[in-house]
This record gives sequence, C-alpha cells and structure tokens, in this order.
Amino acid sequence: MDFKVREVVPHGRNYALLRMMPVKGEMPEVEPGQFVQVEIPNSKSTYLRRPISINWADRREMWLLVRRAGAGTNALCDLPEGSRLSIILPLGRGFDLSVRGNVLLVGGGVGTAPLLMLGKRLVTLGVDVKFLLGARTTSDLLQLELFKQTGETRVTTEDGSMGHRGLVTDHPLLTDGEIDHIACCGPLPMMKAVAAIARSRGISCEVSLENMMACGIGACLCCVEDTVDAGNVCVCKEGPVFNIKRLKW
Amino acid sequence: MVDLSVDLGNGLRMKNPVMLASGTCGYGEELADFIDLSSLGGISVKGTTLHARQGNASPRMVETPSGMLNAVGLQNKGVDYFVENIYPRIASLDTSLVVNVSGSSVDDYVAVCDRLRPLDRIAAVEINISCPNVKQGGMSFGTDPSMAAAVVVAARQIWSRHLMVKLTPNVTDITLIARAVEEAGADSVSLTNTFLGMAIDVERQRPYLSTITGGLSGAAIRPIAVRMVWQVSQAVRIPVVGLGGITCGRDAVEFLLAGASAVQIGTANFIDPTTSVKAIAYIEDYMERHNMADMSAITGAMKTP
Repeated sequence: MDFKVREVVPHGRNYALLRMMPVKGEMPEVEPGQFVQVEIPNSKSTYLRRPISINWADRREMWLLVRRAGAGTNALCDLPEGSRLSIILPLGRGFDLSVRGNVLLVGGGVGTAPLLMLGKRLVTLGVDVKFLLGARTTSDLLQLELFKQTGETRVTTEDGSMGHRGLVTDHPLLTDGEIDHIACCGPLPMMKAVAAIARSRGISCEVSLENMMACGIGACLCCVEDTVDAGNVCVCKEGPVFNIKRLKW
Repeated sequence: MVDLSVDLGNGLRMKNPVMLASGTCGYGEELADFIDLSSLGGISVKGTTLHARQGNASPRMVETPSGMLNAVGLQNKGVDYFVENIYPRIASLDTSLVVNVSGSSVDDYVAVCDRLRPLDRIAAVEINISCPNVKQGGMSFGTDPSMAAAVVVAARQIWSRHLMVKLTPNVTDITLIARAVEEAGADSVSLTNTFLGMAIDVERQRPYLSTITGGLSGAAIRPIAVRMVWQVSQAVRIPVVGLGGITCGRDAVEFLLAGASAVQIGTANFIDPTTSVKAIAYIEDYMERHNMADMSAITGAMKTP
C-alpha cells in the first residue's frame, strides 16, 4: 500500500515521527502492537524493508516513530514531506486487548512507540492504564505529553535528568505496585528484566520482540524465537507480541 | 499472442516460466494475501527433510550490500507433517507444485521421496544438494560430482516423476556437477542456491550470524548466477532453471537469455511479494516486443559477437 508522508517531525537528534496517509482509500484496521514493513525509497545501501511498529493509527492516518539506527532508518527520518512510501501492513499479532484491572505499560527508548496506541485503546475499553517509561536521558523520552494525556505516567532516566534515577526495573511502581498485567516493549535486556519481575510477582506479562527480520510475512523463517509450546516460531507472524509464558526466558 | 508455457520434461509442464524459490515462500500460503498463486508457473516449497528440524539458533539473518545472508538451517516439520497437514491445504492450487527435498544421508533423500510418492499433485521434487547452512549433508553432496550423482541415482530409483537437482555455486566448476547429475538421471537442474558468505559486526567484533557463515542471496549474486546458468546450459542437454538475485522481470529475462528454460524468484519476495506476478507480465510483454512466439525463442537467445 502506498502512503504519502504528510509531516516528518524530528524528536531530538535521534528520532523522527512520520505522519502519513494512504495515497488511495482508507487505512486498513490495525491493532496496537502490529507493525509495518517500509520500503526505503531511493536507497543505495539498503536492500530489505524495515520493520517499524505502529505508533498510532486511525482510519485516515498512521504514525511511525523512528529511531536513527542505520542507513535505512536515517533515510526515513530525513524524508522530505510529500514523499511516497511503499508499506506492507498490518503485520503480526498485537497486544492482548482482553486484559482488565490495573495494567502497566512499560516502555524503554523508542520501544514506547506501540504503547501509545495500546494505552489509548485500553483506556477506551475501560482499563486502568499506567505508563512507566524509561530512557537514558530526558531527550530520549518521546511523546511524553501524549502519554500523560492518556494515563498516569512515571518516568525513569539513567542519568536522573527526569523522574526516578535508574532503570524501569528499579521503579517501585513495577517492583511493588498493584498490577494485574504488564505490556512491555523496549531493548531486549530491559524486557527480560521486566519479564523476570513479572514472573517472580506472578503477574501476566506480554513483550514485543524485534528479532532481525527479512520478509515480515512468515516466509523466510529468519526472525524465529524459541517457544515452550511450538519450538521456533516466526516473530513476524506469531508475534511480535508474546506472552512471556510462551518464551524460554 | 505469446505462449509462455514451458515443458521441463517428464511431466513438469508449467503455464509460464516463473516459479517461487524454495525457502522464500513457505508453502505458498504465506504469499496468498499478496498474489494469486494460480497465476504462477510453479512453487518450490520449503526444504523438507525426513525428520523435523528446528533450524539454527538466532540471529539467522543480516542485510548485506544488495543482498542478505541467512542461516535458517532447513527449519521444517518433517515430511510426514508435510504429507498429513500441508499437502491437503495446497494440493488444490492451480500451479505446478515442487517439493524441495533435503537430507543428511542418501537414505534420507530416498525416504523423503518415498513418502511423497502417493501425493499425485506433486509434479516434481527438487533435490537440494546445496544448502550451505546444515552441518551434515546439504551442500557437501553438491560439491562432489560422485556424491551428487549417488544421491540422484538413489532418488531416481524411487521417484519416477520429474526430478530437478538444485546446485550449489560454491564449487570450482559447476558444469562438472551439472553433468554428473544429468548422467545420473536428473530431468533438470536449478541454479544457483546461495553463496557461502559471512559478515562481521566490527564494533562488537563478532559475526552477525549464529553460525558465523551463511548463504548470500539477493541482487548481489545475480551476475555470478547468470554466468553459471550460461555455462551450465551449454554443458548439459536437460533444462536449466535459473535463479539467484532476480528482482524484476528484466532480471528474469536475463536468465532466460543466458539459457534458462524457467526461473525462480527468491529473496525478492521479501521486498515485494508481488515480484513474481510482475515478472510474468514483463516477460510476456518483452516477448511480444521482440516477436518471440514461445519460450523456445527466448531460452538461450543471447547473441554473441
């Protein structure tokens, strides 16, 4: 599906928010936690599409929050407004929307991106949502105002420049708060640490994986994750969101 | 009107020369949301082994200049699962079905072919003696002419339908292997499988792949694959199926002109799942523009000085 980029909003030096609309017709329905495969236009040094999680979407518009991680994502962050993008979507399985009670959404770095849409959706479903967002420093805390508008938001920074000094796993909200379910997206070591806390406290927990992907549609078997019940499964097809009880973490 | 149909012999007749390459299209179903599978000449389904294989550890993939390295390692649920669960789902597809067969011993290949025999919609097996990502068997069969021939002779005893052999490019002279499998009874050869390669994350000073080395595919390998298809098509009488870095219809035509009777599209499916159907339309248009009535007019039509 072809998209037209309406706006590229830099978020500090390392990130950009791409707001886009389908060139023709309306957006397909997307669930929080699903992702897209973006073709990098006019790129000499990249070959494959880039999997990017959906930050927010409705029937007209989609937002992708992109971190500069290499040539492909740099090209996306530097796109001129009005650019066209070929995007395959929606891909994968998103977060469980049947969760109820006190739900804590834990994000790290640009991994907070899909939690915005998830939080907004859960709020409309009447769920009590709290956000716990971690970053190295204040400038890596993205879309903070939008999170605050959606629900109670706590932050941690490793340098202590905002909120609690340290990691999300040091925050009392995660270690001692009253929580019925955790949804988590961020760097792998963070997700593993959050999963360990969830296990020890007996709280159900989902994580969104970002194993290296080629196709994004379950054809190449490159992005597999080992599961308790089915061995190696494609993260792009059976995930990217997994309940930790399926994982061998 | 251009006639795109192609007869590779011994029962493998395809409506057009474009197939999906094994390992890049799952069982076809994975691409069904994007293309009409019945518009394809054929599908070579995921490499199938006697017993289920979990494949290699992650990471299994890294992007490289104009290509990618993979180290999947023939992850599949084994031939019995294919026969019982997958075949019934794909048997009604109106396209030529080819099963890519792999093994770690000659007996393995024979046993898999034997299990496939009752499945009458399987038009051909593609004997994979070229996977670079498994410890035993795989490519080791494809780098030695006598071992390659031994696999084909044994499979030939039990498989009477079309028998295609997928060759590895990781040899000094690919025509020697091609001739050996022809003599052993192969009906066609497909080439090339991936090129053995590796890439290192220099900051971490570690290989990107869990297996250190992996198979290189994508546009980066195309000129070498075209050269090998050209060489092999002159060295054997059986049809050659060309693959390796085809990204569009133009690239497919390049292989046909070099001597291929049909082509397979692989890694390009990851970038644009509709590459194969676009290639079919391109080939038809190309042949019309060049007054080529049927496939015999384009295969090997490269002009030399």
